[in-house]
Order: sequence, then C-alpha cells, then structure tokens
Amino acid sequence: MNMQIAITGRGGQGVLFLTRILAECALRLGVEVIASETHGMAIRGGSVISTLKVGSYRGPLIRSGQADLILALDEGSVDTYAHLLAPHGALILNTPRSSSSPAIDATGMAAGIGSPLMANLILLGFALKFKKLFCDYSLAESVTKAISPERFREANLNALQLGYSASDPEGDG
Amino acid sequence: MKKILLGNEAIARGLLENGCSFAASYPGTPASEILSSFLQMAKAEKTPAIGEWSINEKVAYETALSVSYAGGRAAVSMKQVGLNVACDPLMSSAYTGVKGGFLVISADDPGPHSSQTEQDSRMMAMMAKIPVLDPSTPQEAKEMIRVAYQISEEFEIPVMLRPTTRICHSRQGMALEAIPAPSLASGFSKDPQRWAATPRYRYTLHHQLNQKIEAIAAKFGEDSYQRILGSSNARQCIISSGVALAHTYDTLKELNLEDQIALYQVKMPYPLQVQTILDELVPFEKILVIEETSPVIELQLAMRGRIKGRLDGSIPPQGELIPDVLVQSISNFAQIPEEKKAPIPGKARRPTLCPGCPHRAAFYAIRQALPQGIYPSDIGCYTLGLNLGAVDTVLCMGAAISQAAGLYHAYRMKGEVPPIVATIGDSTFYHAGIPALINAVHNGAKFILLILDNFTTAMTGNQPTPGLELLADGRRGKAVAIEDLVRASGVPSLTIIDPYQLEEITRAIKEADKVTRSENGGISVIISRHPCLMTPGAGKKQQSYGMQITEDCIACEICFRDFECPAIGLDQESGRARIDPNLCSGCGVCAQVCPQEAIKRI
Repeated sequence: MNMQIAITGRGGQGVLFLTRILAECALRLGVEVIASETHGMAIRGGSVISTLKVGSYRGPLIRSGQADLILALDEGSVDTYAHLLAPHGALILNTPRSSSSPAIDATGMAAGIGSPLMANLILLGFALKFKKLFCDYSLAESVTKAISPERFREANLNALQLGYSASDPEGDG
Repeated sequence: MKKILLGNEAIARGLLENGCSFAASYPGTPASEILSSFLQMAKAEKTPAIGEWSINEKVAYETALSVSYAGGRAAVSMKQVGLNVACDPLMSSAYTGVKGGFLVISADDPGPHSSQTEQDSRMMAMMAKIPVLDPSTPQEAKEMIRVAYQISEEFEIPVMLRPTTRICHSRQGMALEAIPAPSLASGFSKDPQRWAATPRYRYTLHHQLNQKIEAIAAKFGEDSYQRILGSSNARQCIISSGVALAHTYDTLKELNLEDQIALYQVKMPYPLQVQTILDELVPFEKILVIEETSPVIELQLAMRGRIKGRLDGSIPPQGELIPDVLVQSISNFAQIPEEKKAPIPGKARRPTLCPGCPHRAAFYAIRQALPQGIYPSDIGCYTLGLNLGAVDTVLCMGAAISQAAGLYHAYRMKGEVPPIVATIGDSTFYHAGIPALINAVHNGAKFILLILDNFTTAMTGNQPTPGLELLADGRRGKAVAIEDLVRASGVPSLTIIDPYQLEEITRAIKEADKVTRSENGGISVIISRHPCLMTPGAGKKQQSYGMQITEDCIACEICFRDFECPAIGLDQESGRARIDPNLCSGCGVCAQVCPQEAIKRI
C-alpha cells in the first residue's frame, strides 16, 4: 500500500495533529510511514504544510503531481500547494462556499459546536467518509481517542464523527 | 515496540539508548527539540541523565566537552549557524580529543527555512578533521548514534552527527530499545600536555589527529558506503548522503530507473575511504554525486571529468534538493526527457508577528517616535519587524548592538548622526549581546537600545532564558536580571516599559533620543517588557479585551497594513476593517493605533 498525502492550512489549525493521527494509523496497520512538517518563521497564522508518505518510501517530501490526497484546512493554502496533486488525486477542502471538489464548511461546523479549533478533525472525518484514505473510520477513531489529550478527547471524537456523517453540498453525500 | 518519533526525538532517544549522561544546547530551528526531548525522556525513564539550555553554543559545547574530559558520555546540539559560535572549541577539541564519547549534533537548514545561511556543517567537520555521519531518515539518525559513540571512544575524538531540517522535522515509525544507565564520568585524569597543550604539543596533537582520521576511514569507511539500488547491468551510478539520498531513492523508483542507475549511500561523508569507492566506481560510465549543501564527498573523490555534481553544475549550487529539483537533475543525468516542467507553486503567506505580540507594539512605537532612524536588529521572532519597517539590518546573534555602535562611529565621523535604534531579544542579549554592549559603552558609542524582553526564547519554541528561575528540566535556577547586566555594563540611562502602553513607550523612545544626544549622553537602554503570548498561561494572565470596529472606520488600513496585526483584515462586504475573533488575542493595542478611534475595547 503506497499513498502520499499532503495536509495544508495555517499555523494553529491543527495540521500537525492530523499528521500524527494518520502516522499512528499507518503504524497500527504495520506499514512504513514517514512524514515531514514544516516549521516556518511564523508561529501563528503562517501557511503550513505537512506531507505524509505511507508505504515503501524513504524521503518525507512529495514531488509535484504525486500527491494522492490533499487535505486543505485553509482555502488560501490551496493556491500554494495544489501543484502537488496527482492527476488522479483528490483535494478535500474546508470552505464556507460550495465548490467542485469534495468540500465541507468544517470551520463553520466547528464554530457551531462551540469548538472552532476542531475543524481539522471534521475535515478528517469527511475524508474518511469519502474513503480517500489508506485507513478506515474505526481505526482513525481509535487512534484519535488514544492520542487526544484527555480534556479534548470527547470533543475530538465528536468532531470526527460530525465530519464523517456530514453530507457534501455538491457531492454524492 | 514501534513508535512514531520526530527526527529530533529520535536523536534524543538515540542519545539515551547509548548512555549519554549530559546534553547541552542553545535553541535554534531545526535543532531545538533535541534537548527538550532528551530531558523529557530521561525524566520519564527515571535515568539520572541531565542537560541544560546554555547561554550560547560555545558555552554549551565547552560544558558538554568537559563532561567528556571527565570520562562521561556527552553531547552538544545546535543549528548550523550555532556551530559558527562554537567553532572555537570545535577546532581545538579535535586536537585535544575526548575521553567519554562526545557527539556534536549540528542541524543544517538547506532551503533555508529559518536561517541566515545554507552552510554545510560537514565542511566544518572536514575543516576540524573530525568524522561526520549524515543520516538519511529519522530512524537512521537514531541508529547512527551507536556507531558515533563507538568511533568517539575508540579514537578519543569528537564525532559530528549532521541531520538536516527534513530529518529533524520528519516523523517516522521506529523500534525503541531499552535505555541503560547513563555512562557517567569516571573522573578527570590530569594530562596537561594534552588538555592544556602548548603550541609545540599542539603540533604533536595535530599529527595524532591526522593518524586518527586515517585509521577511522580504514576501519569504518567501508561499512559506511553501501549500494542500495541498481541491478548488475546498471551503467550509471549516483552517490548520495543525508536526506538527499532518501529523495533520490524515491525519485529513482518513481521514474522506474532503479535498475538502470545504481545508488550508493555514504553514511560517513568524512573521512571517506577514497580508494574503496574509486575501485567500486570502475565499471560505471557516468557518476553523479547528490549531497546537501556543499560538495564534501565530491571534493574528496576529485575525479574531474567522470564525476558530475555541484562542481560542474549538474546539481544546483544553492537551495534545498527537494524532489522537484532532483527530478530535473536526475532526468538530465540519465538523459531521459523530463515528464513535464513542474508548475510554479503559488506564493506562500509572508510570515508576521503573532496577534498580540508585544514586539509589534514596540516596533510601531519606534517608527512613530523616530521615523528618520536607522534600525539595526537581530536574530529572533522580532526579525519579522522587517515588515513593520523597523528592522534595517540582521546579521547574526548579538550584532544589533555592535552594528549600532559601528553605525554611530561612521556617522559621527561624517558629522551628523541620525537616530539609531537597535533592537535585540532577551535570549539573544544573553547569548551575544553583553560583550557587544560593554564594548559599545567602553568606546563611547551613542544610540538607543531596546531590549525586547518577552521572558522566553520565543522563535524556537519558548525555551527558558537566564532571566527566569526556570531551568531546562523544570528545576529552579537562579535568575540573572537583564537590568543588572545593563547597569553593570556602565549604561547611563535605563528605562523599563510595557510596550502595550503605546503612548508611554513612544514618549520614552523620544526622551531616550534626547538623553543620548546630550553632552553626557551615551547608550540609552529601554527594556520593553511583556511576556510572549505563546508561553503557556501568559495570555490568560493579562487583561483581554473584546474588540469592536465601529462605523467610524474609514478603511485607512493602518491597523493591518502599518500595524500589521494578522487578526485584522479588510471586510469586502462592509468596506471596513474586520477583526477575526479566532485570531485576536484581545491585547487592545490596535485601539491605540487607530487614528479614527474606530476600534473600541468592549
């Protein structure tokens, strides 16, 4: 099983937490995993990308046109990183507007449940629903449960579930 | 048991698994997490290994080295520009050698992502004549520590481990081994001819060092050179090391070239066992060397004509060797058409100071108070004061102060001195600012110095500074106050102000200019003091306002263009400024900035 995933967003949106969840899922499946995170100059608000390669890879970076999946937490980061996407790849986008790719208003939904910072898990749940990942919902759920800090555990699991059961405004959900 | 570890965590774990008893560091991206992880893991495993955040890299190096002199296993970690600061003890300790295993971990930043240079620490290892290991994955970084300590103790020599950003900040699943009791100091054996060698004996030590290097190449060179791809009929080969090897490996497979091109990994780029490699290379018609950042392997092989690499332009002479770059170089080398030109990535968001950052207010005040000034600055978060037009120079740690002095002397000779306002952070002031300040006072320079004290080393992840009672492992240490150091340096004028009080600090800067220019003036220091909001709990301790933009807003854009608060932007619908409540820290400084008084604290 080989899969290259990019996760993009702005600092503070939880890109690295999603990366940790997916890396841990790969480990539990017994496949090799290597991921890179970019620490830029700015701590809050700067654009962030993390790449995750599951399977027989050695390097952590994704070449242009090779990503099987991009999870974009911030619409603004799509312009910056869309070139990574493979012709067959899927882009799953967090946006308040409807769009042609699978899209969800994760930030709006997160605000709706009073946890604006949980948009990352809503987006992940949504990607799992579309079966675009190397792992399934139950594995992601069990990893999220295991690695969430206790005070966020329940809210994290709720957010994941919310994304998983959401419908795509333009899609088939 | 397998666990996902960050490269820097893998290095920390490797140190503990191999009995390192003492680690020292000065924080710097991408190396910062090595020391903090080392201490966290040591605590969790209840081993007696200890460590410290030292005041700078030179001090960290010398402290850890002395643990090794006394027989204990030790390590020092830093970023590549930090190694410049530690270069003095590095060069000398290669001659004296070590007793307990001693590792120098210098994390390079090809790219560069968060550094002033792209320099290659392997070149520094070659200059010092110490062996250097170059891991291609986080897991390999952990594994290499065992052999690094082995070489270090067998040959009594410092050994360098050289990870790069993509190793330090990558995560990988890897097996963990048990953590043994640390290898503690056996005691210092006096040997003045070695540890305190005079120049005559240094000549002897240099001779011994050269012999050590030859012996290390002979004993470990062969194992550190391995073929990892390529069938028997491959006519071309690539030699690579570090993370560039990992990218090359993936790229060769993606291009289906893994049978046609043999790929060799070099784990120890210096010293190379050159003859073994040259013998191995005989059957290949073409050879390409791919390494970051300098041609360390290529220069040692020195076979002009047959070997391609950086020296003949087959590999770009600067920049990170990311897969998009390598695919072009490898396609040219293999004479296959490139798939298609990689699209140009969009523009990344420009970095800015965080919402609520106290430095923003201080920089804004400087511009307001002395708009005609020259603003030398320094290394840290506050380098981003560039965007606010309040940073004119950034050279290296501590240089804000020496450059302010130099600028003063230059203009004094010319006859007319503009306002000179230097800025430096608290950690940087401790690191290299103190000698520069003493020198400037002693030589009669006149300028304003703002020490931006946010009680932390913010840019690298909020490590404690000597100004706090907090030590690296959470124990209580003795705080050394900046104001005492400033006064002891002979500075005639000192003020301490919270930059959130924008009017007061602006007035203080204007006043400092007058004092500096007066007959008995000199250096006026203002300590601009407010905690970094990224320090856990700091935001909660301060007054937080709900912020509102009223109908008086005329969209002059001062709050987000000049003051550059990332929480404020233009709302297209209303045509007024808008505050993003998710980003806003509620510091309320923007209300003091708005000329229309259209931003209200509620």
